[in-house]
Parts: sequence; C-alpha cells; structure tokens
Amino acid sequence: MTLFPGVKLHVVTGKGGTGKTTVAAALALSLAQAGRQVLLTEAEGRQGIAQLFDTPPLPYEERRVAAAGGGEVYALAIDPEAALIEYLEKFYNLRRAGSALKRIGAIDFATTIAPGLRDVLLTGKVMEAATRERRGGGRLYDAVVLDAPPTGRIARFLNVNAEVAGLARMGPIRQQADSVMNLLRSRQTAVHLVTLLEEMPVQETVDGVAELEAAGLPVGAVLVNMVRAPMLPADQLDAAAAGRLDGAEIAAGLKRSGIDATDRLVAALAAEAAEHAGRVLLEAREREVLSALGRPRLELPLLPDGADLSGLYDLAARLTEQGLS
Amino acid sequence: MTSYDATSAYDVDALLDQARILVCCGSGGVGKTTTAAALALRAAERGRKVCVLTIDPARRLAQSMGLSELDNTPRAVNDVDTAAGGSLDAMMLDMKRTFDEIVLTHAEPGRAQQILANPFYVSLSSSFAGTQEYMAMEKLGQLKREGRWDLIVVDTPPSRSALDFLDAPQRLGRFLDGRMIRLLLAPAKAGGRAYMKVLSVGMSVFTNVLTKVLGAQALKDLSLFVASLETMFGGFRERAEKTYQLLKEPGTSFVVVATPERDALREATYFVERLSEEQMPLAAVVLNRVHRSAAPELSVQRSLAGAETLDEAGDAPLAAAVLRVHADRLAAAARDERTAARFAGAHRAVPLVQVAAQAGDVHDLEGLRTIGEELANGPEASAPVA
Repeated sequence: MTLFPGVKLHVVTGKGGTGKTTVAAALALSLAQAGRQVLLTEAEGRQGIAQLFDTPPLPYEERRVAAAGGGEVYALAIDPEAALIEYLEKFYNLRRAGSALKRIGAIDFATTIAPGLRDVLLTGKVMEAATRERRGGGRLYDAVVLDAPPTGRIARFLNVNAEVAGLARMGPIRQQADSVMNLLRSRQTAVHLVTLLEEMPVQETVDGVAELEAAGLPVGAVLVNMVRAPMLPADQLDAAAAGRLDGAEIAAGLKRSGIDATDRLVAALAAEAAEHAGRVLLEAREREVLSALGRPRLELPLLPDGADLSGLYDLAARLTEQGLS
Repeated sequence: MTSYDATSAYDVDALLDQARILVCCGSGGVGKTTTAAALALRAAERGRKVCVLTIDPARRLAQSMGLSELDNTPRAVNDVDTAAGGSLDAMMLDMKRTFDEIVLTHAEPGRAQQILANPFYVSLSSSFAGTQEYMAMEKLGQLKREGRWDLIVVDTPPSRSALDFLDAPQRLGRFLDGRMIRLLLAPAKAGGRAYMKVLSVGMSVFTNVLTKVLGAQALKDLSLFVASLETMFGGFRERAEKTYQLLKEPGTSFVVVATPERDALREATYFVERLSEEQMPLAAVVLNRVHRSAAPELSVQRSLAGAETLDEAGDAPLAAAVLRVHADRLAAAARDERTAARFAGAHRAVPLVQVAAQAGDVHDLEGLRTIGEELANGPEASAPVA
C-alpha cells in the first residue's frame, strides 16, 4: 500500500521542536528504499541535514548522503544568494553581473530584505530540482523532499509565488511564479505536517491545515512524532491519573519481585504512574483532534537516544510500514 | 542531586526584584513564552509593576492571561496576587499594526495612506522575515519610554535562529539607510537623464536587472515606497541602533531558554557566545522539561528485572507496569542530567536553572506559578512527591 502514489514533491513542515528535519530525512530514506533517487533539500540554512547524517556542512551542491535498498539520497542545502545568481544566469544570462550587484548590496537586498524574494528563490530551486528533464543537465530525481519552514509560516512560504504574480504582472518572473504555483498546487505535491501529541503543536497543525487548504495547497499526511508507548494497562489509566491506584497491590507486587516496598517508594512510584497516565490521556485527546482532520495519520516512536543515524533508519522503516514510501 | 553549583547558587528572585528589562530567547518550541510569562507573574507577585510582551502564546495560555483581544496595547491580567503591591500587564505583539502605527505617527496623513496601500509596504510589514524581530524591539522601546513599569519581560519571536532577534533589526536598518536605498531614491528625486548620470556602472546594471525582473510598474512602486520611508524615518538605522543600545543598558538581562536536547542546546550555545561578544548581560540559561524521578534510589536495572520477574510469574501486572514507568522515567532523568552536566561543564560561568517536565501543558496562572516557583527554588520545589 502506498499513500501518495503520484506525488513527486514531498514538503515537510512542523512546529519548532517537533523533529521536522529528522522526519524529512527519514521520509527521504523511506522513499529511497524502493530503489528511487531522492533529493532531500533544506531551506533554512541551519545545516540540520548535515548534522543528522554526520557529514560536514553541505555546500550549495547536491551531495550523496545515504544509500538505501537500491536507491540513493542526495542532499542540498539551498543558499538563497547562490540561488539568486543561478537564477539571474538562467533567465537573464547575468552571471557576470553578480559581483557588481553584490558590491552595491543588491544581493543582500534580494535575499534578506526584498519582500518574500528569498522564499521565491527557495521554492524556485525546489521546483527546478523536481521538474528536471533528461536534456536539461543535472541529476534526475524520482522524488524531492523539502525540509520546509515551520507550520506557522508554511502557507505563506509556499504561496509566495502567488504574491509575486500580483507584483509582477508579466515577463519571465511572472511565468516562473506561475509554474511554481502550478506544481505546488498539483497532485504531484503533498505537504506533510509533523506534530507531537501536545496541545500547541496540534493546534498549529490544525491551523496549518486550514491555511494550506485556503491557499489551495495539497495537504498530505499528519506525521505524529515522538510517540511514547503506553506502559500502564488501559483499564487502570483513569485511576492512575486520578492518583487512585491501589497502593497495597503495588506494594505486594514489589515485594514479590524482591524490592523493599517502603511507603515512600510506593507513593513515589504511584506519583510517577499518575503523571504518565495523565500524559497518555492527554495524548489520546490530542490524537482525537488530529483524527478529526480526516487526513492520513502516521505515528513515529520516540527514539530513546535521540535521532542518530541508526534511529533515522528505524523511523524510515516505520514510514515504509505505514505506506509512506 | 544536582552536581553543578551554579544551579543552586543562582538567585532568580534577586534578578526579578532588580532587573528593568528581561529578554527571553532561545530556539522555537523550548517553552520561551511560558518561561517569560512565569517570570513576569512571579515578579509581579513579589511586588513589582510588570509588563510582559509575548509574541505567539498558546491559545489557552493567552486566554488565561486575558490576551484574547488583539489591540496591541498592554492589558491588566486578572487574578494576579497584588498583595505585595505589584501588578501584571500583558500584551501580544501585532507586528503589522506596530509597523502601521510607526507610519501613522511619523508621516503626514495623506502620505501615510499612500504608504499603507503600497504593495511593497504590505509585503514588508506583514511577511518579511525580520520585521517581527524589528517590531518586537520597537515595541519594547515604546513600552520602556512609557515608563509605567518597573520591569518589562520580552518573549522573542520564533525565529529560525535565536540570533535573528539581535541581527534582524540592524539588518533592516542598514538596508533602509544603505546605498541601495539611495539608488532607488534617485529616479524619484532626479528623474530622467540627470538620474542616469549619477549612476555608476554597477548601479545601472542593477536598475536594468530590476526593471527586467520586476517590470517598470513594480520598480516605480518600490521607488515610491522607499521615498516615502525616507521622509518618514530620517535615520532608520539610528533608530534601530538606539533600541539595540537599550539592550546594553544596566538593568537589562537576557535569559536563554533551552531544553536538554541537542538542537536546543546548540542554539543556546550560539546565543550565550554571542551575548558575551556583545557584552550583553546573560542572567541565566533556563533548561525546561528536565525529567526527574521521585525515587532515584530504585535503579533502572533493578526495576526492569523486577518487572520481568513479575511478568514471568504472570501476576501483579499493575506493579510490573508501574516499575516500567519508573525505569523509563529514571532513564530519561539520567540522560537529561548528563546533557545538563555537559552544557554546564562547557559554560562554567553561566548559571543553569532547571525546570522539571510538567505533566500537562501549562495554560493557567496556577501552572505559571508552579513554574515560577521552580525557577526560583529548583525543580525539587514542585517534585511530585516530597
């Protein structure tokens, strides 16, 4: 079973702290498992991909970071300045003007200040990679995964080309803006939202889905990250959360396993169980909120030792199992 | 059980009683807003007149602080204990509105409307990454000038990097004062041939590119926008720098917020180093969501072995489950403690204040009080079991 068969561009967003970059990397690995060539791109200059794959900082150049099950993952950290120069060369044959522009601060202007231009360049580069053709030069990819800006900014980020179309009414920049919007709004794109089972990330996910829908952008899956397995019997959760676990029963069990069950220890363990149960019940409520979105929901376990390289492959396998491959 | 002295030595209450401005910074998702609100509430209940400027609070936390109204001015928070003579006002930053207000204050009425309607202004004021940081600084400056509060606590925008808060305002100021602007102003001021003459080669290449790329109408809009800004702001950079200086005044302190995770601590490290370069006073690093165990004497191995014994016997499923919960919790606590110790070891001069992981999301004043208590008296102050 594959959840998004025709999708070529996977955009991954999520609130800060939800593990968006990790999930994007795991998704790239999962897609590569099926023998695909995958490009994993990062748009925020944090070098998060290099850190995950334990490689030196990535230059503005596609580098192979992993091979998995017949496929390969390449990574690219998009640098807006380099993307601008590439862009000027492609559309206006102006590479040599680059240094003159840099001298007067025009590059600085374009990439950090000009309204949304930075986002235009980033989305433009992603589209270029996703729509490359055989004769155009450059490596061909079966899928592109974008580690995108956070949920709070995602609709604006992806929709920036619609705004550009409003500022530039004709010419090559308008054409470029239109074709980026066409790709992003097509069935070849899916925007996945990474969240935790906590109030604020879930609320942001709900808001993000609404904003993406309003902007006509295709919402993909909700990816719930860092899910903890419930450790208490389901029928004891309410009692545990309310602090009404049977202390005598716990004490008797402890004794049978050879642990000295002082009152203090039993009370401490019951208190820890109460917090755990409270968290599990809260997670169940947040899970229901996410279900109401009516989108495919995939869950990824909390990795006890953080997301190292082997953890990344674990997460990729979980995505594959659940149909995101 | 903490092995680093800085933790217990740092006096958060003394900071809250003396500081005039507290800036909370850190990467996204580490609990910055909650920390800012908890510090502000505690300072207010200790008798100071406090204003907290939040950027993007969780909905229910905002409601509990009476922040449902988005009118960009501080409002009194209800149910604050004012017995010590303090008070708490809170506001949520409305970035676009703050920018609009600057325009309305500094430009003549006709001109102001022209600016507000300009497409480039609309983009800059509502979506440029960096405007939010600049407006947070601007608002801080305004609140400070009002002089109504003993202490202003600022939450910083959820930037890509915590450093953006320090850099973005100057970048915006540099841009608006820079050569680019003078270039774009030229056509509006001189026009025609006189304008062509003053251009260097690089600049004429630039205007050509801009005309080609954006089209003539857009260039005209941009030029008009920039001209309007100039008459309005005089020295934008000067203004940005003045606000920046505010952050170096005595009475201003920074609180860097993080969680015991690799990425959050990396951002915290950048910030700590940057503050020290800029000679800006770092009060403390707050480590949120630190796991603690109420029964550290029962080891992970012992707990898991006990649970296994019970599983094999097939009885006492509750005790087995409770032991597993404990093992999991203790392992997390040990991990967090190692992480915290590593950070403390690398930054010996930086006080580290730890706050225990909360059982649920914090969304009322009572929850904030608990966190304030822990910030001041250590995580044991509210451990689940005494």
